[in-house]
Amino acid sequence: MSFYKQVTSKPWEYQGPVTGSGPESAFEKESERIALTLFLVVVCVIFSLLTVTYYLRMDLGDWVPLADPAMLWLNTAMLLLGSVALQRATGCARKGLTRQARNAFVTGGAFAALFVAGQCYVWLQLDSSDLGVASNPSSAFFFLLTGMHAVHLLGGLWVWSKTSFRLFSTDDSAGVRLSIELCTTYWHFLLLLWVLLFGVLLST
Amino acid sequence: MAYVPLADQDHELHDPHTFVTKYIWSQDHKVIAIQYGGTAILVGLVALALSAMMRLQLGFPDTFSLIDPSSYYQAVTMHGMIMVVYLLTALFLGGFGNYLIPLMCGTRDMVFPFLNMLSFWFYLVSVLILMSSFFVTGGPTGAGWTLYPPQTITPGTPGHETGILLMLISLGVFIVAFTMGGLNYVTTVLQARARGMTMMRLPLSVWGILVATVLGLFAFPALLVSAIMMTFDLLLGTSFFMPAIMAAGEQLDYNGGSPILFQHLFWFFGHPEVYIVALPAFGLVSDVLSTHARKNIFGYRMMVWAIVAIGGLSFIVWAHHMYVSGMNPYFGFFFATTTLIIAVPTAMKVYNWVLTLWEGDIRLNTPMLFAIGFVFTFIHGGLTGLFLGNVVIDLPLSDTYFVVAHFHMVMGVSPVLVVFAALYHWYPKMTGKMMNETLGKLHFWCTFLGTYAIYLPMHYLGFLGVPRRYYAMGSTDFIPESAQALNANITIAALFVAVVQILFFINVFWSLKNGKPSGGNPWGATTLEWQTPETPPKHGNWGKELPVVHRWAYDYSVPGYPQDFIPQNVAGDFGVSDDHDHEPKKD
Repeated sequence: MSFYKQVTSKPWEYQGPVTGSGPESAFEKESERIALTLFLVVVCVIFSLLTVTYYLRMDLGDWVPLADPAMLWLNTAMLLLGSVALQRATGCARKGLTRQARNAFVTGGAFAALFVAGQCYVWLQLDSSDLGVASNPSSAFFFLLTGMHAVHLLGGLWVWSKTSFRLFSTDDSAGVRLSIELCTTYWHFLLLLWVLLFGVLLST
Repeated sequence: MAYVPLADQDHELHDPHTFVTKYIWSQDHKVIAIQYGGTAILVGLVALALSAMMRLQLGFPDTFSLIDPSSYYQAVTMHGMIMVVYLLTALFLGGFGNYLIPLMCGTRDMVFPFLNMLSFWFYLVSVLILMSSFFVTGGPTGAGWTLYPPQTITPGTPGHETGILLMLISLGVFIVAFTMGGLNYVTTVLQARARGMTMMRLPLSVWGILVATVLGLFAFPALLVSAIMMTFDLLLGTSFFMPAIMAAGEQLDYNGGSPILFQHLFWFFGHPEVYIVALPAFGLVSDVLSTHARKNIFGYRMMVWAIVAIGGLSFIVWAHHMYVSGMNPYFGFFFATTTLIIAVPTAMKVYNWVLTLWEGDIRLNTPMLFAIGFVFTFIHGGLTGLFLGNVVIDLPLSDTYFVVAHFHMVMGVSPVLVVFAALYHWYPKMTGKMMNETLGKLHFWCTFLGTYAIYLPMHYLGFLGVPRRYYAMGSTDFIPESAQALNANITIAALFVAVVQILFFINVFWSLKNGKPSGGNPWGATTLEWQTPETPPKHGNWGKELPVVHRWAYDYSVPGYPQDFIPQNVAGDFGVSDDHDHEPKKD
């Protein structure tokens, strides 16, 4: 029974167990995938609120636009490559190509770690150029937005390291396929989020 | 891959083998629920003690040297934050949510038991961090539970250095804990219901908890964002919220920040938070009323849609908390309109509760008394909300005791009455013992009448213009002597209500040992949690086979059926049919 039909049904009319032989699920997906989707929505809310406050604070008069460091383009490339590598890992895992899946998965994580390292370099660079976090609201927001994004990526790297451990401790990558797929989804999401944030930073 | 019932697996997951894995690092939703509930109630007692301290000062000023202005404001702040976040949110969602969702949905546990366990331990850490602020230099923050900048972090406010930092860290950890639990609750309800348990067969308790959890997942990020930004202002010297300001004769290093920005973020969380507390209460009380009135809930679908509508609307009313902040009048008009609109689905629920009671076979036992008491206090608290939702009425009343009376009636007393209704109602399932009815009824009448003795006069104080948040009134011409007499009476009533809560704890512990055995379904209830093979339910809840659901959750007093309730897992159409021959068959 479709979700719409369910919520408009008249439950007081007797119908017995109404559906198939298995337990009820609203979506034909793994629970982990549903939970990740929900989590991504929560992350979207966090960054939407940050972006709204960014634009509101910008109008308050003391805002001095920040020249975004060129290094950010290189970092963006790292994140993009990380996403591509994880997509490949997913493809290989689906085909049962364990060795290739391992290589691609590790590469994807390494690129993400390089992205975080690159962001750290940018923060140090800004700090040493007297554009530190307290210098101006634009700098404060730069550190806040990029920092929050990096924290989410670090969380992803923690899950990635656990998945890597499982991937290398078994010959069969099918068992960890779901974890690889979820990591890939998360990587793509953080790439998209970064592109949007970068766009906001560049345009202001 | 669809959810695989554990009954179909060779062995149960996270089966506890030792005392530690069974009762401490437990992944069983029932144990986690009791851990959540126990911690929340303990920390709630701290908040209760703080409110007694406040009332002593207000009722008998200059009598207790222990209470100075700083400690008064610290008590106000900690009382508010603990009651709203660490007690009510944690108790309704972490406590009742954890206990009831798997049992009412007919599953063995949450879909992510480890994450569930982690959620509780993060919550406990957040509570410990908050409590530690009582022991640091300067004490806890005294900025008011809304933590408004700039005074939150300016010198002169109690706890402006360490206390506020601990509060912000604690809130951050709490939000992480809530998110872990919340993802679990939503995923479990959506994906792991027993066969036949469609969404529209879920008891209203589950609907209330589900929608409140979704609200929490969307609203707590606003608190997280504001807490992080305030931490930046506090530790790193940024000016997100801090304007240029002098404090103690010195210019501080802040410039250009917007305190109003914080208020918007805070209330974008703060108003849905009201419903994060209220919606589970709505759900639980619906089930208690229906069960003890022996009647199906009136307008089930309307009740579900009202919960969802209230949840949605709660995100577009937040600025009614900010009418006095100097907003554009059109902005105020918009928020007054949305605030009054949200009264419509809320009123529908109240009518439906009353219509559920109408001509019911009402059993006035302790849980039912608390549930009916809730209907009274919620109507009173809700009606004063209609006054305050209007800008022109709110402006003169906003900073008076009228507001204190309003929000305590609607989101203090009302949810707490539901907490008691639910605890008295589900205690037999949790322990296998009945609670003492005489003690329970005494507890109800003392609490119910006592809270009216506290909050009804407060409305009057508000009309007189007695300002809230003041440590002492001093000599104020427009406040008559009689107002102080009223204040003293309110304090006596408050202390009385605080002390009589001991009846509840005596009852809980006495009944554990001496209570009558309850059996599996002492109230004759229809929902699945009352149909478990053992009481209290064992690990895995359902024995070898999961239940199969044949009907909705409110088949009470169905004509033609030998009992006045038909459990959800009983097969057969007994509706209004004349065919009485078929025997009920339990799956």
